[in-house]
Amino acid sequence: MSASTTTPMNSAVSLLGPAKLIRLLSNLQYPAMGITGLLALWWVGGLLIENNENLSAFSAFAPAPAFHALYDLVASGEIWAPITSSLYRILVGLTWGIAIGVPVGVTIGYIGVALKVANVPFQFLRMISPLAWMPIAVMAFETWDSAIIFLLVMATVWPIIFSTAHGVRRIDPNWFKVARNLGASGTQMLRRIILPAIMTDVMAGIRLAVGVAWVVLVPAEYLGVTSGLGYAINDARDTLSYDYLAAVVLVIGIIGYGLDSVCNLLIKRFNWHAE
Amino acid sequence: MGASLSIDYVTHQFSPSAAPTLKDIDTRIDPGELVALIGRSGCGKSTLLHMMAGLLIPSQGCIRINSHQVSKPSAKWNMMFQKASLYPWMSVKENAALGLMFAGLQKAEAVEKVNSLLDMLGLHDKKDVNVQSLSGGQQQRVALARSLATDPDILLLDEPFSALDAFTRTALQEEVPAICRERGITMIIVTHDIDEAVAMADRVLIMSQNPGRIVDELEVGLPWPRRHMDNGFQIRREELMNRFKGTDTGLQGRQQPITTQQSESAA
Repeated sequence: MSASTTTPMNSAVSLLGPAKLIRLLSNLQYPAMGITGLLALWWVGGLLIENNENLSAFSAFAPAPAFHALYDLVASGEIWAPITSSLYRILVGLTWGIAIGVPVGVTIGYIGVALKVANVPFQFLRMISPLAWMPIAVMAFETWDSAIIFLLVMATVWPIIFSTAHGVRRIDPNWFKVARNLGASGTQMLRRIILPAIMTDVMAGIRLAVGVAWVVLVPAEYLGVTSGLGYAINDARDTLSYDYLAAVVLVIGIIGYGLDSVCNLLIKRFNWHAE
Repeated sequence: MGASLSIDYVTHQFSPSAAPTLKDIDTRIDPGELVALIGRSGCGKSTLLHMMAGLLIPSQGCIRINSHQVSKPSAKWNMMFQKASLYPWMSVKENAALGLMFAGLQKAEAVEKVNSLLDMLGLHDKKDVNVQSLSGGQQQRVALARSLATDPDILLLDEPFSALDAFTRTALQEEVPAICRERGITMIIVTHDIDEAVAMADRVLIMSQNPGRIVDELEVGLPWPRRHMDNGFQIRREELMNRFKGTDTGLQGRQQPITTQQSESAA
């Protein structure tokens, strides 16, 4: 073989360097083992279903038909419309959740009396499943979209409020004293001290909120709307397209994991604690 | 130029039913004067310093800076605490420039202004590093730069060196009075370290406790820079120690609170 021949491995080595490549592979080995285990379980489950005459109608849930359906959905471009609809709802719901949750969290974290007053009602409301608000949301909002976004706000606002308030309560009291001592106004205190100090906690709250919202979104989209990943699942079930149903479940898991990873990156970006 | 500070019959209680922490404190500090306030832990010296900074309001009496009553904190009379309390999401220069940003300067302009200050305090190669990577002494230097950056008239120091190692402490005990004298800043330091009081102050006010009162004072009157091993330093140290013991046990020294009038007549 000539010295100038390049293989994918050679390119990767020259791009990353051997030490980095080894570290990358070593970091990936455990996730790879986990994913392989999950696929194996799925495959075994598919085999069991296929070999059970009572369940064989559901054999399209197995990995091979599901990945084939996923390829079809991606190749035909059909998958992008439901993904866009669902992500739009998540984005709007989360934006409202942040817009309400952060100021309320700062207030109840900063003012001790506000926390005492709000604690019981907020804990009570937090414990109500967001889906339980559906009948009220349907009556209160003109469109199904708005009703679903309301449910997402109800899902996202509590983790953000409590995480933000927790962050504010953890702020070193000396930081307030030093800032006041240097002549900080209320706005400057908020902008320069409180918000940077609690950013990691806010992001942790947003991460939790995204997780809850993503879980709530799918059942919320079963109702009324004709778009989104929840609707796609419902549609696949109604048309007995179980391979497509499994493919959409895969998409939901992949996007959920992606959203969580983005949140995790943002937490790292805003984390000021020394390693 | 430093400001004058007068404490007019200040009494303080943390609640109406509590015994007073401070009672009838009445004294005056001249512009550019370096004053140490010593007393046992819990005698109320830090409380008094917080009132000078406007972080606490006296229950009775008032504190004036350049004849204006202190009612709120200001960067012109700012305080340095025992803990540096730097903001860990900021670099050294951003921490030092914070008071200037609060005063309305843009970040770039404020950071530019603290450069020379950081150079003077030996932090020239640390300007861009995160404060969490600094030693305790370096962190206190950043806190000092932060206090000095706003060009204060009065610098209030609340046992700022007590958590530092001996070498750093001694260095800062020399540097801080030198900076204050050079810039004409009035300095008031609270300490329970008699050596520190003699090393840094023109005048030492001695406080008793329960309730806290100023019961005696000593003009240090030593040339600068001061060396701990010098004979004069040792004599002043002994004298201060004796007066402190006297006020503490009732065997020696004045038991009545010192008033402004008495201070003036003594001078």
